[in-house]
Amino acid sequence: MKRQIPIFLVFVFGVFMVFQYFSPHEASEWIYKFLMDWIYIIGIFAMALGIWSLIHVSYDKIKHKRHDWGYSVVTLAALFTMMFFGITGFNENGEWGFYFMTQEGLTNPMFRNFFNHILVPIETTMFSLLAFFIASAAYRAFRARNVLATMLLVSALIVMLRFNPYFGDTFGFYMNKTAAWLLNVPNMAAKRAILIGIGLGMVGTALKVILGIERGYMGKG
Amino acid sequence: MMNAFTPPLALALVDIGRIISLTLIAAGLLWLFIRAIKLKEVERRVIFLFIFISVAAPILFPTVFKEKATPVVKAVFDKIESLPPGSKVLLSYDFDPAMAPEVQPMADAFSRHCLVKGHKIIYMCLFATGQGQFTRTMENVIRPEFPEKIDGVDYVNIGYKAGNEGVLNVIISDFKKMFPTDVNAVPYDSIEVFKGIRSCKDLDLIISIGGGRPGIKEWVLFVGDPGDVPIATGVAAVVAPQLYPYYPKQLLGLLGGVKGAAEYESELVAHYSRFKDSPTPALLMMGPQTLAHIVIMAFIIIGNVLFIQGRRKEGKR
Repeated sequence: MKRQIPIFLVFVFGVFMVFQYFSPHEASEWIYKFLMDWIYIIGIFAMALGIWSLIHVSYDKIKHKRHDWGYSVVTLAALFTMMFFGITGFNENGEWGFYFMTQEGLTNPMFRNFFNHILVPIETTMFSLLAFFIASAAYRAFRARNVLATMLLVSALIVMLRFNPYFGDTFGFYMNKTAAWLLNVPNMAAKRAILIGIGLGMVGTALKVILGIERGYMGKG
Repeated sequence: MMNAFTPPLALALVDIGRIISLTLIAAGLLWLFIRAIKLKEVERRVIFLFIFISVAAPILFPTVFKEKATPVVKAVFDKIESLPPGSKVLLSYDFDPAMAPEVQPMADAFSRHCLVKGHKIIYMCLFATGQGQFTRTMENVIRPEFPEKIDGVDYVNIGYKAGNEGVLNVIISDFKKMFPTDVNAVPYDSIEVFKGIRSCKDLDLIISIGGGRPGIKEWVLFVGDPGDVPIATGVAAVVAPQLYPYYPKQLLGLLGGVKGAAEYESELVAHYSRFKDSPTPALLMMGPQTLAHIVIMAFIIIGNVLFIQGRRKEGKR
């Protein structure tokens, strides 16, 4: 029964969602909207579950002093600190208090400082490191080994050159035109083909899930 | 930032610094090129050093280029420009601080443009961190540049809601159901911006700023197409090529990376003289990006010289 009930529910709701898309009947639309509310509720529960899971895993790591347990202390400290400052703050009259329903917490100076001076620099630094790795990877991998690799190499250089204002108006104009053609014709054609392929793959996978062939979502295959 | 009041000595020092750094980079690359002909590999740390200099030099000695909007960027600008004052525009902050250097300038430029045109803006986000990014627009653009604009009347911030595309699936038919209040707990019905708006179908334009998931693809799939609402976007450069298949029918235009943001900023400055002294971070960032691109291209060429020379040597054997 543990397996049959979820498979039955997935089948019923899956088939209903497929058919309701083609049915403009009022009842069908009402049920669709009702089910959409469930997605929203599940989304909120998923967030709560995620936070609980993070706390549980981190606490367990600290308790048993597992490898790199110090990082879990930082994680929990950051989580609770941001939570605390996110729900506390000063209102318009300068009174400090807890604010669960309004945005006083988001304008709390400590919350802003943690966000602007810790989270923002950390994330931007991580992302900006990409520039170094891209340069190194481009030097090692972008080589004209055969005709296709050469075409890729030349296309990449043209698209990069179009960003370049050093080359003046005339050269820049033709570079821009060629790069626009590369993006709008071959790139778009390839991307469309990939998107259609992904779409068909998703339909196939969805059918496997609805028919109970693919059961990975239940944890065990 | 350099302006008309910067002393001539400072300008001269900036020019000297620029020339020295460019010469240094060019000479270094030439040296590596000659070494490549002699079949000598370039070490990873040398590449990192060159990238560091090429990014740092234009930041220390600012280099600003003139930008002209390409059709994909111009289409977004023209759309906002052509809407009558009082039109309802939704700006969705679907990004986190990692993407912010690329897309925050777009978000700020869109806000400036919409507010100067007298459009009513609805701010929301599908990323939890988008709320913090909006506060930056609030602090850097709305409050200092548009103090006359009133919260709830000219713009409203409805904040973040968990649920990704589930959120979009609800607001395509009913805004109030998902956002019964704004972030200040003001009820939906008392917010002036929402007068005449029941769902996303009543909006004149939606702009999703970001590049991750949930993001513009979800907006097109769950709102743009089913609701027949015009949608535009501003995304990180790595995402832009994936979105070209949606242009121009499902996406009326798109801004890709710092380049797209710089084009939009230059268009805004060209059309509205009041923004001449406003910050243009994307235009400033184009200097480091351009020089870094040139250095990367030079390394690609050096790598290929090395590869061809290596093949030649093998052929001789």
